[in-house]
Amino acid sequence: MRRNGPLALIFHTIFVVVMVAPILVVCLVAFTPEGFLSLPTNGFSLRWFRAIANYPEFIHAFWVSLGLGALSSFVALLFAVPAALAIARYRFRGRDALAALFLSPLMIPHVVLGIAFLRFFTSAGLGGSFAALIIAHVIIVFPFALRLTLAAATGMDLSVEMAAVSLGAGGWTLFRRVTLPLILPGVISGWALAFIQSFDDLTMTVFLAAPGTETLPVRMFLYIQDNIDPLVTSVSACVIAITMTALILLDRFYGLDRVLAGKGDPGR
Amino acid sequence: MSGLAEERNARAPWALTAPALMLFVGVLLVPLAMTVMLSFHDWGQYKGIEPVFILKNWQEIATDSYYAEMFWRTFRIAILTTLLTALLGAPEAYILNRMSGRWKSFFLLVILGPLLISVVARTLGWALLFGGNNGLVNKLLMSAGVIRFPIPFMFTETGMVVALAHVMMPFMVLSVWAALQRLDPQIENAAMSLGAGPVTIIRRIIMPQIMPGVLSGAIIVFSLSASAFATPAIIGGRRLKVAATLAYDEFLNTLNWPLGAAVATLLLVALVLIVVGSNALIERRYAEVFR
Repeated sequence: MRRNGPLALIFHTIFVVVMVAPILVVCLVAFTPEGFLSLPTNGFSLRWFRAIANYPEFIHAFWVSLGLGALSSFVALLFAVPAALAIARYRFRGRDALAALFLSPLMIPHVVLGIAFLRFFTSAGLGGSFAALIIAHVIIVFPFALRLTLAAATGMDLSVEMAAVSLGAGGWTLFRRVTLPLILPGVISGWALAFIQSFDDLTMTVFLAAPGTETLPVRMFLYIQDNIDPLVTSVSACVIAITMTALILLDRFYGLDRVLAGKGDPGR
Repeated sequence: MSGLAEERNARAPWALTAPALMLFVGVLLVPLAMTVMLSFHDWGQYKGIEPVFILKNWQEIATDSYYAEMFWRTFRIAILTTLLTALLGAPEAYILNRMSGRWKSFFLLVILGPLLISVVARTLGWALLFGGNNGLVNKLLMSAGVIRFPIPFMFTETGMVVALAHVMMPFMVLSVWAALQRLDPQIENAAMSLGAGPVTIIRRIIMPQIMPGVLSGAIIVFSLSASAFATPAIIGGRRLKVAATLAYDEFLNTLNWPLGAAVATLLLVALVLIVVGSNALIERRYAEVFR
């Protein structure tokens, strides 16, 4: 294959710079020593990171986001693992329709989901509760949990299971001792991707969150609506750092291109 | 089909999927149906939501030109964003694919990574870069001689398209990149050995083969842009409304839930029709590629 020419490399450089610039500028402004939005030209300062401590709403929102992401991804897997095993191993009537239904939250705009859940949970008397947030997040992260588990279950060597069965294992023992360990990398990656999706979701959550159950993106969004100051850049820088760490771990552990392949792909 | 699976009874797949199925019916299909029903309810400033069946909200959307204008703006922004991502993302994916192993995976991480970074943080970055008439972007463009006067980016559709294109770019690169993986590099070499120049190779060999990737990327970018919320809300401000931000306002500020539900239902139906329709078109046009 031919190498990239100089024009291609110039294009590539500009492209990468533009892709990185908005993220970089947030992280740089977070270190400003000034009281207003500016690039840190005279030295770096951590004052805006310390300022987060004086704004308990952000701290509280962070814990809400963390708990919500961890819990909803876990619950989603409880439903997704059996479903993935069924879809991977059996050819049954309605299989394609079921798979399409389970992946449909990818295709439905999150604003529509937010409205539907707001209406639903308000009627059910759960409006603004943490339980409502968990259930809603289970639905939106389900496709990611399902897809990675499904990939692991499809690629699994069934002869190992058959050997276990021939030795007398069955039911729960078979699942716990043989099947689960074999699909575990897919399950853990599914959990991680689901966690990131939950941790980052704004559009749906902004409809459901009430004071006390506001997640970090919701708190940041509502803060930005009023004014943009260096405090929100330092909070964003922390969020970016957390995501980057998860991202690098995910890439080492599983391969980012594999994780992302098909992300947001409308139901195919 | 393995012998193991055959030994189990035919009810097993249903037993395994039943919990998830009940969850989806109970907490996804029911709420969606309730939203569609909500759009036919009445609403008044003082009486709140009245559970009657009327077409008032739908009539308002159909007759008031405000909604036509708002939906047109929504789709115009989505179309421009899609074009921008295709024009820049496809060549970038091609360049990426020709890099050597280590650089390829590094830049893939750099370009796809933002996908997982909070949209609020990414849009905040653009708000900082645009920042008024003497923002960094304008300064840069003017000193490079691209423009003579500053372009207003904040609170304009231009700014929304630029920021949205950045947010959606990874989807396009990913989609084209996936198409490039299926491409046989020998075809390019064969064309070269037959005397084709670089332009001919790109136009006659590469383009036709990655077109399905570009188009399926375009469908993803279009549907996500048309329903985007955070970026239009932050860059567009309170006045420049798109479908998602309007529905948000109706629900959480005006509290006219039935009207908001009608806007959301219309957005959902329009997007499903567009996505399913163009998917079918692409699959028919490029049937040989998907086979």
